[in-house]
Amino acid sequence: MISEKTITDFIYREADLLDTMQWQAWLDLFHPEGRYWMPLEWQQQDPVLQPSLMYEDLMLMKVRIERLAGERTFSQKPKSRCHHLLQAPQILVCDPAAGIFRAKTSYIYTETRGDTLERFSGWASHDLVQVGDELKIKLKRIDLVNFDAPFGNIQLFM
Amino acid sequence: MAKYGKDPRAIGALVRDAEVHRDVYIDPEVFELEMEHLFPNSWIYVGHASQLSKAGDFITANIGRQPVVASRHTDGSIHLFYNRCPHKGVKIASEPCGNTGKFFRCPYHAWSFKTDGSLLAIPLKKGYEGTGFTDTQASGGLSRIRNVVVYRDFIFARLSENGVGFEDYFGESLSTIDNMADRSPEGKLAVEAAPIRYMHTCNWKMLVENQTDTCHPMVAHESSAGTAIKVWQREQGESTEKPMAVQLYGPFMSPYEFYEQSGIRIWPNGHGHTGVANSIHSNYSDVEGYLDRMVAAYGEKRAHEILGEVRHNTVYFPNIMVKGAVQILRNFIPIAVDRTLVESWVYRLVGAPDKLYERALMYNRFINAPTSIVGHDDLEMYERAQEGLKSNGNQWVNLRRLYESNEEPDVTAVINGTSERQMRNQFHAWAKFITMDMDQGVEAAE
Repeated sequence: MISEKTITDFIYREADLLDTMQWQAWLDLFHPEGRYWMPLEWQQQDPVLQPSLMYEDLMLMKVRIERLAGERTFSQKPKSRCHHLLQAPQILVCDPAAGIFRAKTSYIYTETRGDTLERFSGWASHDLVQVGDELKIKLKRIDLVNFDAPFGNIQLFM
Repeated sequence: MAKYGKDPRAIGALVRDAEVHRDVYIDPEVFELEMEHLFPNSWIYVGHASQLSKAGDFITANIGRQPVVASRHTDGSIHLFYNRCPHKGVKIASEPCGNTGKFFRCPYHAWSFKTDGSLLAIPLKKGYEGTGFTDTQASGGLSRIRNVVVYRDFIFARLSENGVGFEDYFGESLSTIDNMADRSPEGKLAVEAAPIRYMHTCNWKMLVENQTDTCHPMVAHESSAGTAIKVWQREQGESTEKPMAVQLYGPFMSPYEFYEQSGIRIWPNGHGHTGVANSIHSNYSDVEGYLDRMVAAYGEKRAHEILGEVRHNTVYFPNIMVKGAVQILRNFIPIAVDRTLVESWVYRLVGAPDKLYERALMYNRFINAPTSIVGHDDLEMYERAQEGLKSNGNQWVNLRRLYESNEEPDVTAVINGTSERQMRNQFHAWAKFITMDMDQGVEAAE
């Protein structure tokens, strides 16, 4: 039975897989039709006919992850690392009968490469579904508090 | 000690026929001269008239480092001013865009100005009587920029009072903007959203040069576009239809021969474009219903003519690039000698199916965003160049690919698509426009 704790544990584990760069295990958390979305507008509703920083399916996420390890991926020489600091997730929906689970998690994210270190703040929203005994990500939405500011490279996943 | 002062010969010596001195990218003094001379003497993109659809609408922008505000006046005309209250210098508009109503009101002392910039009212006006105020520049309201041209809704301005006129400056290069607007069945483009913004720690000219650098995609983007092709080939399974994403990434890996025969067209004053015969934008799948609407609007022949023009990147000297085929404009805004803000705008083709807007937005986030893997490839090269150019081992950047000793400046020509001639063309224009208003007899400052 999926409980609120199951959701919270899932979100902590997801962040930990990113921080420890276990990319394949992280991808395995997604539903086959899962999406990773970084909107470019405040409370954006439409990922397709409004601009976004990212709106990616599994194939595009795989491209990113394979690229990170590429022999000729010069922007990963040296490699990036990341760190997620999460607030306790706020459970918005936990409805095992309907199979709908939603949570919102406030975070501070750090991405570092070489001597540079960038820090971002925002909210991660998880739309999860139950597949067998497990939760899978239908949508991970990343709302940066300063989505409209000009950033340098963001090469990993928030 | 100033190395270059206002000496046009010293500045001109930075640009040789097929080489440029590294100081054009790394010397803060050269950057200051660009801001003082090159940008004011050139026609600079300010914004799009669709951002000023109603009276009172305004947008803010920078021309070089000069903050400006453009507004739509009550009579429908567009005006451009320096974004500065004539009283104490406070910016009168602080947001990228908005509607100011019938007038601008300075938030500091409530001086107000009509949307054509003229002074409307000052509180306690009596206090200025007999003070000589009417003889000051402040009494004229917001300082106007007179040389403003709105071409097919694209707003350009030249800060210098004197210089090359708009038509002479751009000439035939305007055909790319024409083609982008003509791709709408109504001949109209609309800005519907903010641009993607991406900060680059490099000189702005590296970005401009890269727009017509056709020998880098298959090398620098092997990591992104190459991986996209590899993953698609492995995972496509039974699927034969290439997803939009693969259609957009794939052509970056085209071989040298493809770019060679695609060609480059150069124009006077530093403008030019890649993709003359065909381009990386040639083979996107058709969007249902679009051709019908185009044929209904333009007739069979003209519609095919418009859609058959698939230019890749058009550089409008000095600092924008336009992609007609995917309705994108990139604005390379200089912040400092080693810092450039890139704002990439998407225009919606008015009257065209949504799918085209979806594709343009997708292209923009794939290629032009701080989260774009193609962008990561490019920025890495610019940053390494910005660092590497500090090396004293060689003070010159080599632009000699397919150079011919009899190359004439300021001509229109179609050439091999892997030539670096468009970069040479840009630097010829650079030397011309940066020195244009300098006293030709002045010696370099000691």
